Formats: sequence, C-alpha cells, structure tokens
Amino acid sequence: MTHAMKMYGKHRFPGKLFIVEGIDGSGKSTQIALLQKWLESEGYVTFFSEWNSSPLVREVTRRGKKKRMLTPMTFSLIHATDFADRTEHHIIPPLKSGALVLADRYIYTAFARDVARGVDSQWVRAMYQFAVKPTIGFYFKISLDEAMKRILGGRDAIKFYEAGMDLKLTDDIEESFRIFQGRIIEEYEKMVAEFGLVVIDASLSIEEQQEQMRHIVTGALAGTKKTRIRKWLDLSIMVKKVSPR
Amino acid sequence: MARFEYYGKKGFPKVDLEELQGKLIVIEGTDGVGRSTHIGLLKQWLENNGHAVLDTGMTRSMLAGEGLKAAKVGHTLGWLTMSLFYATDFADRLENEMIPALRAGFIVLTDRYIFSPMARALLRGADPEWIKGVFEFALKPDMVIHLRVGVQELITRVVQTSGFNYWESGMDLHLGEDMYDSFVEYQTRMLREFDKMAGEYNFQTIETSPNIEEVFEQIRNRVEPILQSRLPRARTDSQPATIITH
Repeated sequence: MTHAMKMYGKHRFPGKLFIVEGIDGSGKSTQIALLQKWLESEGYVTFFSEWNSSPLVREVTRRGKKKRMLTPMTFSLIHATDFADRTEHHIIPPLKSGALVLADRYIYTAFARDVARGVDSQWVRAMYQFAVKPTIGFYFKISLDEAMKRILGGRDAIKFYEAGMDLKLTDDIEESFRIFQGRIIEEYEKMVAEFGLVVIDASLSIEEQQEQMRHIVTGALAGTKKTRIRKWLDLSIMVKKVSPR
Repeated sequence: MARFEYYGKKGFPKVDLEELQGKLIVIEGTDGVGRSTHIGLLKQWLENNGHAVLDTGMTRSMLAGEGLKAAKVGHTLGWLTMSLFYATDFADRLENEMIPALRAGFIVLTDRYIFSPMARALLRGADPEWIKGVFEFALKPDMVIHLRVGVQELITRVVQTSGFNYWESGMDLHLGEDMYDSFVEYQTRMLREFDKMAGEYNFQTIETSPNIEEVFEQIRNRVEPILQSRLPRARTDSQPATIITH
C-alpha cells in the first residue's frame, strides 16, 4: 500500500548520491565521468543518471522544445516530471541497493533555470521536495567569459532554450545566452550556502579538479560496501585480449 | 482589483491578472458521472444566452496530452511522475487556453481542474501540503460544481456504459482481488477525498440521479447567479437602456 511521502533530507539509504552542477562549459560532465571511472576501478558499484533521461517524458519535452511551446511554467513542470520519473526509477532503487549514484545535473539546475525565467523560487523548491538530498553536491564555478569561450569554440550552436531565447531578452542568441546564463550563475551563487554545495574552481586543470573531487568523495565513502565482481570481469576480459596473440 | 487570483501567492510570470475578465466554471466528478453530458448542455444553454464559451478538459493539452495518454498505456509511470505530468498538462491548458479565453471575456467550462489530479495523488501517498503547493499556480475559479454519485449507483452506470478501466479502478494500488473489488474501494476513497475538499474549495455539490434534465436544472440554477455578477460596464451601443420594473 501507500507509504508516507519522504521529503528532501529525510531519505535513508545505504547508497550514496554524488551530483555535479554548473553552467554549460564548466566541465562538470567531464569530471563526473572521471569520478565514475575511478570509483568503478576502486570496486564500487556505480549508477549514472542524467538530466532529461526519462524515456516517457523525454518525447514531450523534445517536442515542446522543438515547437517552442514551452513557457516558464510548463518548462519547469515538464522537467520536474522528468526528474520525478528519474527519481522513482533511476535514483531511489540503486540507492536502496547500496550503489553509488552519480548525477550530471540535479534539482539545483531546475532552481537556477526556472528562477532565471521568472518562476517563483519558493514554489519550485517546494515542488522538488520529493528529491533525495545528495551526499555531496559539487558546483563547478566558472566565469561567464571562460564558459562562453569553451562553448563557442566547439560543439554545436547554442540552443534556443539554453540561451533563454523564450524570454525575448534580445534577438541576438549569443547576447541572450550571455544574459540568461549570467542570471543562472547568480542563482547558483545563492544556492551554494543555501544547500551546502561544494565549490570546485573550474578554471583549474582537469587533473587538479579531479584530485579535489576524489579527496572529498573518499571522505564520504566510509562504510560503503564494495563489490569485487567487476574487477574479476575486467581481469577476464584482459586475459581474452592477451591470449590469441 | 483583479477579478481573479491564484491559490498561492504567485502564478504565471508575465500574466497580468488585471486583464482577465471572463468566468471560470469547473465541473468535477468521477468517470461515468455525466460530466461531459452536462458540459455539453451547459455550453449550449450559455451560448443560446449570448455568452462565448470555451470548453476544455484534462489531458487535452497540446503539450502533454498525447504524452500522458501514451504513458498511461504502459502502466510504468510512478504516481509521483504521473502527478507532475498532470500538473504540466494542466498548466499548459490554463496558460495557453483558459487564460487567453478569460482575457477575451469568455466563459470557460473545464471538465475537471486541479481537484481530480490532487485526489489521485493523495490516494497514492502524496503529502497533502506538497500536492497543494504544486497546484498553487491555479486560478481560483468562479465556481466549482462537483457532480457527486454514490459508489453503488456509479457501478450500475459504469457497467452499462464504458465498463471498468485500469486507472479509474485504481488497479496500480492493488486494492482488491479483481477490477470490481478494486473499483469499489478506489471510488469510495476518491469520494472521501472529494468530500474533504468540498469545504476548503467551496464546491457546489450536486447529487446526481439518472435523470439528466433534473440534474441539469440544478446546475443551471447554481450557475445563473454568477452570470449576473458581471462588473457593471459602460454600454457601448447607442440604444437607451431599458429599465426593467418588477
């Protein structure tokens, strides 16, 4: 039957949850991927969870974005829906099993973006009360100029909603991106103290940042179970690769 | 003073409540109670009386309507996700259909509002304050009509028409051995939730009978007074006002 709804900070699971936050171009995805590699090599069971990953909701979000049907409120709600599905399917079950869950973007992304779009900050925080509080939330702090340099240098063009073009701040997408992401940085800065996010200086070298992350994560892993299964598997693969020669 | 307000402090950024003029009338009630029949009758009657009417209903949003239907087919959505999906669908309809119609002075008739999705979430374990908070961006309607029916009577009607359906029987909650047991238990609980909300949200409750004319008569009697409570407006035609004496 139904259970009382568990709220932020009230969940108790054997697993641990590590999340990364920051604007596009902060390098957070690179860092969490490296962290996962390392945790696996140390013998932990990990599970990776991404923003916008619920198959059921993704189609609606994709269509809404493509057709530019989303308003600040529906943008906020559809992402909360996606996040709820992700919580129910991809975050809580692995945490119950004792795994280490790694998430690229979490509820703080929603708080930053939605509030930057004019949605009420208290309302959006209250809506996400069902979220599991992370063991550690990392915030990759970077200047807007540096992030812009990294984004514009590579990958594809800036996307409509990422640039906050729906807010009609200006017709110039790069300028809109700058204003909108600037607002998002302001929101992140406020959340560092509010949610106890751990700040990583994203202007440091990749190795230095990773070193800091590993150090902090190690401190949080006392008593977490490891499994050797994956190590054995890795060894058997190596043997196969070597033998035919 | 704006005619409309939100249940909470804030709602849609960029929507100016001062601009909204029409009337918002909600018809709530369980499946099989005759909501769509009465909305059809009400629409006709209102239009005959010179009112422009928009009718809309749950899971009919451009954005999420289809997605919600598809998601329900698989039965894999958790209640939390489902609740927020409904909220998305509702927000899309409120902002893009109902609010523009109210701005244009229409009477908006909506087949269900926030109450059905709230009741469904509560039955599945949602924290009452949480679900209330999620739907705080809803406009307070001019009137909420709850078409009520006892569970036994409802069974008779459902068996004769659509039959039992998975969600309306609360099958995801595993309340009974089969769909019938589950339906009885689920609808009993739903009714309890609605009765609890009736006071807080000022429902106009109408006990429905199989006599459609009789029920519609009651609906009309409730709706009539709010049609006359329009803000006095300057006459725009050139004819002199007729004075009605009693």
